[in-house]
Amino acid sequence: MCLAIPGKILSIQGDEPMTRKGRVSFDGVVKEVHLGYVPDAQIGDYVNVHVGFAISVINETEAKEIYGLLGEMEAATRKRMKK
Amino acid sequence: MKFDRDFRDASAVKKYIQAVHEITDQPWTIMEICGGQTHAFLRYGIDALLPEEISLLHGPGCPVCVTPVEKIDKAIYLASQRDIILCSFGDMVRVPGSDEDLLSVKSKGGNIRIVYSPTDALTIAEEHPHKQVVFFGIGFETTAPANAMAVLQAEAKQLDNFSLLSSQVLVPPAMEAILSSGTNMVNGFLAAGHVCTVMGYHEYIPIAEKYQSPVVVTGFEPLDLVQGVYLCVRQLQDKCFGVENQYKRSVTKEGNRPAQRTLQKVYKVVDQKWRGIGIIPQSGLALQDEFAQFDAEKKFDLGHISARENQECLSGLVLQGRNKPHECPNFGTRCTPEHPLGATMVSSEGACAAYYRYRVEG
Repeated sequence: MCLAIPGKILSIQGDEPMTRKGRVSFDGVVKEVHLGYVPDAQIGDYVNVHVGFAISVINETEAKEIYGLLGEMEAATRKRMKK
Repeated sequence: MKFDRDFRDASAVKKYIQAVHEITDQPWTIMEICGGQTHAFLRYGIDALLPEEISLLHGPGCPVCVTPVEKIDKAIYLASQRDIILCSFGDMVRVPGSDEDLLSVKSKGGNIRIVYSPTDALTIAEEHPHKQVVFFGIGFETTAPANAMAVLQAEAKQLDNFSLLSSQVLVPPAMEAILSSGTNMVNGFLAAGHVCTVMGYHEYIPIAEKYQSPVVVTGFEPLDLVQGVYLCVRQLQDKCFGVENQYKRSVTKEGNRPAQRTLQKVYKVVDQKWRGIGIIPQSGLALQDEFAQFDAEKKFDLGHISARENQECLSGLVLQGRNKPHECPNFGTRCTPEHPLGATMVSSEGACAAYYRYRVEG
């Protein structure tokens, strides 16, 4: 139920922050999504969408960090093996 | 970056699994809160790759599963009335009430519409001004802002034929109920990434400290889950009991403020009954008095409807992590997704359905 699907904002309609909507592409499938809870979201941003509402703008920098920790772990393993 | 495929990278997942093996030297029990995480663990077989010392318990984070039977009976009553259209998320229509489910009411002519979003129910209300439209608004903190927005929009549009049959639950009080029970086996938690996307994770800091139980806010893709387990085990091994955020691409400490403001405006925190578990203090949301006109229970005077729990179903124990689905004598025999005894076998997030789908059917 708490599933949220990432999609890319293609266009935004409306100026009122709490009621604006956007067309969001989920790998090519385009749906209208409420953007009232992501007032800073802009065209081109990826948003997590749950029951028709965007609940967050996906932070791409943070998304890459998962591989950063992986790098740290591998470095630590190599260090242990050298000992 | 692809936000799904990049997080299913098998070689990266294997490296995290290897790292979990390297740091684990004693038994730990970890509970993932969200049913979506349960399904992902089983779907990708991640639980089987973890060290045998790590035991996963599946938490209560399936809103369909914890919606009390009497709410379903109330929905069935409403759907059986000639002048009412009941709108529901698809998962709810096959959950057994005391005597039947919503789908069987629909087959007898009940006007039930399956909708994707609460605002779809608003559209139906606008299109049918001579009918009463009730939205069966269930969910955790993730879904509550959408349900709340439907109420605000109904108010703005002066829709007097729209109301909400509400069953809204909150995660942190349920975690505390599990941790404070005498039978608790959980050492650490993977918190639900999308609940925290809305609420942030400051609520979990006092819980982690009080019960000395690390909490890792975790996403839903395989790489998220193995990293969540790694961070949780690392804290347990180091005797740390803090809150860590694995799902940083969506979750901030303070969460989604506009959504929280809407929740505060529309809802108040109340004691809430959870199916199979009972009443957990201050664990639910009910409409504020100023929105009483949108409360279906008041509008249609549903207080007289009571319910019977199926005594054969162990879902309450499964939801608290006290039993695994396959430990139930009815699992896969008298209880299957086609003929479920309880909600955990119905929902696409229910633990019993996950075990049946990925372990029995393969």
